[in-house]
Amino acid sequence: MASQDIIARSATTTPPPSIRQQEEVAKLIDTTKCIGCKACQVACSEWNELRDEVGHSYGTYDNPHDLSAETWTLMRFTEHENADGNLEWLIRKDGCMHCADPGCLKACPSPGAIIKHANGIVDFNQDHCIGCGYCITGCPFNIPRISQKDHKAYKCTLCSDRVAVGLEPACVKTCPTGAIVFGSKEDMKEHAADRIVDLKSRGFANAGLYDPDGVGGTHVMYVLHHADQPKLYAGLPDQPVISPMVALWKGVSKPLALLAMGAAVLAGFFHYVRVGPQRVEEDEHPGAPDTSVHVVDPAVHVYDPGKPGPGETRP
Amino acid sequence: MNDKPILRYNANERSNHWLVAILFILAGLSGLALFHPALFWLSHLFGGGPWTRILHPFLGLAMFVFFLGLVIRFWRANVFIGNDRLWLRRIDRVMRNEEEGVPPIGKYNPGQKLLFWTLLLCMLVLLFSGVVIWRAWFSQYFGIGSIRLASLLHALAAFVLVLSIIVHIYAGIWIKGSGSAMLHGRVSRAWAKKHHELWYREVTRDDAQDSHISKKG
Repeated sequence: MASQDIIARSATTTPPPSIRQQEEVAKLIDTTKCIGCKACQVACSEWNELRDEVGHSYGTYDNPHDLSAETWTLMRFTEHENADGNLEWLIRKDGCMHCADPGCLKACPSPGAIIKHANGIVDFNQDHCIGCGYCITGCPFNIPRISQKDHKAYKCTLCSDRVAVGLEPACVKTCPTGAIVFGSKEDMKEHAADRIVDLKSRGFANAGLYDPDGVGGTHVMYVLHHADQPKLYAGLPDQPVISPMVALWKGVSKPLALLAMGAAVLAGFFHYVRVGPQRVEEDEHPGAPDTSVHVVDPAVHVYDPGKPGPGETRP
Repeated sequence: MNDKPILRYNANERSNHWLVAILFILAGLSGLALFHPALFWLSHLFGGGPWTRILHPFLGLAMFVFFLGLVIRFWRANVFIGNDRLWLRRIDRVMRNEEEGVPPIGKYNPGQKLLFWTLLLCMLVLLFSGVVIWRAWFSQYFGIGSIRLASLLHALAAFVLVLSIIVHIYAGIWIKGSGSAMLHGRVSRAWAKKHHELWYREVTRDDAQDSHISKKG
C-alpha cells in the first residue's frame, strides 16, 4: 500500500497523510460455520513463510498451544455445556483484530513501527521495531508476540501484501466452509446480519456480531452463536478497551510530564535571575566556636595602610 | 583561628555520587526516549532504538546499585531533626536568600532530606516496576494487569525522579560552594557555618577537642 494510505503512525504527534479516502475492509469469521480444520492456520503459515517449532500437546485441540512470533493465527477450541445440558464445541480463530483504535499503536514508542492503513489494516514494521513489548502491554486482545530470535514483535498482517493487490487474505482463500469471508466492512456487516437472522431462526436467540465499540470497532469481526457471552469463546473479551492504565501512561501524562519538566527547568532559571545565587560573603569569617569573650573596644579603629579606603569612617 | 576548609565529602563519597549522576543521565535520557515521541531522537545517543531498549534496564540497575552505596553512607545524616520543621515552614525565606528567622540545621537541610527519601522511594519503585516490564527476562512471569500497572508506575516514578534531580541540580547552581564541595570535597568554614551551622559546630567541636588534646599531649 502507498504511503498516502498510512492514516495513523505510532509515536507520531503530527497529522498523518489524510487526503485520500479508502474503503474500510474487514474479515468476517463466522464461528458458527467453522469446523476447526485449521486450514487457515496452514494457509497463514504457507503464505507468510512461517514455520513454528513443533510444540507439545496440552490435551486440547489447540495446536500449537498459543500464538507466537511464527504463529499469527490459531484455532482455539472451547467445550461449552449449554443450559439444556448439551455440549457445544465453540471454535474461534484467534489473531489480530485490527482495531480502529489500536492499543498496540497507542503504546508503541518507536515512530512508524506500528501503522494503520486507511483500509483499516494495522501493520507492524519490524524494521522500526525496537523490541520493547509495549504493544503487548497495550493490546486488549493479547495478540502481539516478541520473537526470541530477533526480539521484534509480530502478529497477523491481515495479509496486507495480498490485500494491497486486490487479493483476499490467505486464510480467507483457503477456508473450505466459507466461515471466513473478506470484503468491505459494510458488506461484511450486511453478510453478518443475514447470518444472524438465520442463526436466530435456528434457535440461537443470542446470535450476534462481535465488532466491539470500545476499540472503535474492529476490522476482524466474529459472528457468534452467543454474542451475549463472548468470554465463552476462549476468553474473547466482553468489552475490550485500551486499559485505562495504558491510556493514562501513553495519553495525557506524556505531554503533561514533559511540560512539568520544562517548567521546572524554567522555574530554576528565573529563580536565579530574580533572586540570584547564595554566596558566602568573604568577610563572614566565623571564629572557632570559642567560649572566651572577645571584647571590641569601639574607640579602637582598625586601619590597614595596605588597603586604603574609608577605614577611618568605619564604626 | 583555624581557616582550613572542612572536608564535606571524601573521595569515595564523591566518586559514588558522580557514578550515580552519570548513570542517572544515561538511564534518564534513554528512558525519556521511550517515554515521549518528541524525545525519541535521544535513542540515537545510545546507538538506535533497539540498543536504547537493551541498555536502559542495565543502566537503571547499575544506578540503583550505586545509589544504595549513597544510601548506606548518608542515611543517618538524613534523619529529620527538631529544627527541620521550622526550617520547612520558613522555606519562603530560604528561597529569597533571607537568613533572618531560618533555624540552623545539620549536615543536610530538610529540603535535601526530603530529596534523599524521595529519591530512595523513586529508585525502589523504578527497580521493582522495571523488573516487571523488562520484556527480555522477566515479563513472562507477570500478568498483563501487573505489567500495565508497572509501566504506569515506572513512568510516574521516573517523572518524580527527574523533577527532583532538576531541583537538586539547580540547588547546586544556586548555593555557591555546594557544587565544588561535591567536586573537590571541601567547603569553607564560612560556608559550613552559613548553610549547615549545627554540622559546622559538630565538626569544629571535634577540631577543638583534637587541638586541646594535642596541646596537652
